[in-house]
Amino acid sequence: MTVRKNQANLTADEKRRLVAALIELKRTGRYDSFVTTHNAFILGDTDTGERVGHRSPSFLPWHRRFLLEFERALQSVDASVALPYWDWSADRTTRAALWGPDFLGGTGRSVDGRVTDGPFAASTGNWPISVRVDTRTYLRRSLGVSGRQLPTPAEVESVLAMSTYDMAPWNSASDGFRNHLEGWRGVNLHNRVHVWVGGQMATGVSPNDPVFWLHHAYVDKLWAEWQRRHPASGYLPLAGTPDVVDRGETMKPWNDSTPADLLDHTRHYTFDTA
Amino acid sequence: MTDPTRRRALRGAAGLAVTAGAFTAVSPSRASAADHHHGAPTPAPSPAPFDFDEVYRGRRIQGRPSGGGHHHGAGYAVFVDGVELHVMRNADGTWISVVSHYDPVPNPRAAARAAVEELQGAPLVPFN
Repeated sequence: MTVRKNQANLTADEKRRLVAALIELKRTGRYDSFVTTHNAFILGDTDTGERVGHRSPSFLPWHRRFLLEFERALQSVDASVALPYWDWSADRTTRAALWGPDFLGGTGRSVDGRVTDGPFAASTGNWPISVRVDTRTYLRRSLGVSGRQLPTPAEVESVLAMSTYDMAPWNSASDGFRNHLEGWRGVNLHNRVHVWVGGQMATGVSPNDPVFWLHHAYVDKLWAEWQRRHPASGYLPLAGTPDVVDRGETMKPWNDSTPADLLDHTRHYTFDTA
Repeated sequence: MTDPTRRRALRGAAGLAVTAGAFTAVSPSRASAADHHHGAPTPAPSPAPFDFDEVYRGRRIQGRPSGGGHHHGAGYAVFVDGVELHVMRNADGTWISVVSHYDPVPNPRAAARAAVEELQGAPLVPFN
């Protein structure tokens, strides 16, 4: 059974294996197919039209499935690898071990945002940015440069306390847990982290930065925590909602599983802590 | 930076409809021809934002109604040095673009300016 650990607790060997598996997926082109899929949904999901991956109730089950697919790809390279998560409310500075040269590398240099250390720096030759929205082919970051702070534990707590999963109009204007976690409304959790990292993470091709997976693994963990706190609350809407994935409707691009199928993460993986 | 008075005016949809013409007058634009594309079958959720055409930090940024349905409902097209920047309108009237996707700004011009800052001189790649 896969156990997803806090990135702060990974051993040196676990970091090495994860990095090697990421680079192998990149080399074979499989990594970039995930970037392409994500950007297609970023461009296609709209508040007034069909919406599946973002700005909708299925934001959480869609990314759970997306991460499962990615984790299985990693495990096809090295069966010992699991996706770690980044608790950005705890490891909230650029000095966190996450950004060390033995793991993801640090922020970008000021002149062009280019990441210059770590396994994903362009100079290694191992991490070309191929699926892109502009001509720059190197990984970029600007950690914290936006001036905003990462969410605090109190802010996370305030969102976990929301007992309703999601609400009409089921988009970026909604009240409820999903949209506050996604960040289009309220204290802003998930969106703000993308902005804090900067570089490709702030764009539609955000999975170009490997931290994308660690960020979403933590967003996914927060969903699991919310479920434990609100056992009487469940995924909404239940049925008959135009442009929105109801509880029992299949999700694109897989078309073979529904939000209902993805509610219980323990069928696929557990976390290191409850 | 967006003039705060203008930003306030843009916030109300009703204010938008009244002031759109005034913006065209104060910010010279070649959009009058583009305005004729307004036969679009998709009804916009609120009035179209004002056109713009300016040089910002050395890049030409333009925005105008697109009239077509191929921009995922935005009904509005933004260009940086002639290459289209994919933009999207949120339900609350704010805007994002594919190069600044998680950080809404008040209008398409602010999205274009945010894109220019993010690009640091790099050309956009056409998105389709």
